[in-house]
Amino acid sequence: MLEAFANGFSGLLAGFMHLQISNVVMIIVGCVLLYLGIKKDFEPLLLVPIGFGCILVNIPLANLMEPHGFLRTIYDAGIMTELFPLLIFVGIGAMTDFSPVLENPVTFLLGAAGQSGIFLTLALALALGFNELDAVAIGVIGACDGPTAIYVTAKYAPHLLGAVSVAAYSYMSLVPVIQPPIMRALTTEKERTVVMRATRKSVSKTTRLLFPLVITILGGLIAPMGLPLLGTIMLGNLMRESGAVERLTKASANEIANVVTLLLGISIGATMDGKIFLQTQTLIVLALGFIAICLDTACGVLLGKVLYVTSKGKINPLIGAAGISAFPMSARVVMKEGQKYNKKNYLLMHAMGANAAGQIGSVIAAAVMLSVLKGMGII
Amino acid sequence: MDKWTFGVTMLVVGMGGTLLILGIMSVIIALLKKIFPYKKEAEGKA
Repeated sequence: MLEAFANGFSGLLAGFMHLQISNVVMIIVGCVLLYLGIKKDFEPLLLVPIGFGCILVNIPLANLMEPHGFLRTIYDAGIMTELFPLLIFVGIGAMTDFSPVLENPVTFLLGAAGQSGIFLTLALALALGFNELDAVAIGVIGACDGPTAIYVTAKYAPHLLGAVSVAAYSYMSLVPVIQPPIMRALTTEKERTVVMRATRKSVSKTTRLLFPLVITILGGLIAPMGLPLLGTIMLGNLMRESGAVERLTKASANEIANVVTLLLGISIGATMDGKIFLQTQTLIVLALGFIAICLDTACGVLLGKVLYVTSKGKINPLIGAAGISAFPMSARVVMKEGQKYNKKNYLLMHAMGANAAGQIGSVIAAAVMLSVLKGMGII
Repeated sequence: MDKWTFGVTMLVVGMGGTLLILGIMSVIIALLKKIFPYKKEAEGKA
């Protein structure tokens, strides 16, 4: 009888007995992510489920990421099949108004410059000894676009998914802190005070309807490996602009996006098992992700300076910083920075154009990258 | 293929390709705007 009591009692203590230092550290990391999401409002929709998933997966003996564990089931169903990021993209397309970039198509170029960090960081990761596919996954943090980073990493470097996702979402929320010093360092006060002409609504409904179709067909033909990303975001946008399927548009932008965000977040958190996550490599990935976003901002501003010169001073180079995909946060940062130097300067709509272009640019950059990899026989 | 070749290829073809595609898109949208200009009345009826 006494032995049975002892055995039963040991069952209750087994969890504590199997707790390792790495689990404790990761439970603390999970709590920090929850703190950042709840108290600091840093991307709470993602950081809260990620933080909680991180805590869950580091509790020993629950086996939530073992075959048939509930986190493994969600992970296999949505991340391994690439379904979650793609469903999120339908929602992003349904939520995003691309009118500002359609009104001023030259801002597409800023959206391209804002992706430079992807390729520069990829090269840096290779120089630091990462293999080709790991370097691609690290570089894609520079897309500043969570679903794109998750899509590419889950497909080609799933062991880096936790680090890449946390880096992508954390740095996106830190855009207001990361970008302004770079913007100030690369521009003169004269450039920052340029007042841009107010945009007027000048895009016909036909153009807005043709836009997602043209982008899908052209982008798909040039970079077919990225068609799932491009096709889903453009499907969402077509539904929004057509106005014919309001229920589907609303469902994509709200219910579907919300449910998938929850499942996506908790699945990412589930990849943060202490034994896998706590490595020097993770810290290097986080550092490279930071560099990627700094490089994106710098290249965007530098192209903005080129446009400032070619337009004979009509374009404020600050809007180049919004060429990254952190939508609409980056545009707000540009607006705020511009008003610091000229209170009457309303750069928001121009910056929104660059920001919307960055949204498309990140998807195109990932699509191009995957197609080049395919062409080189790496994937 | 060595890492150097891979890195430079990704940098040149990848970044160049992204810039090229978005540049083409920019031109196409500008053309679409010329072909289907915004008309206040027509948009109002639509």
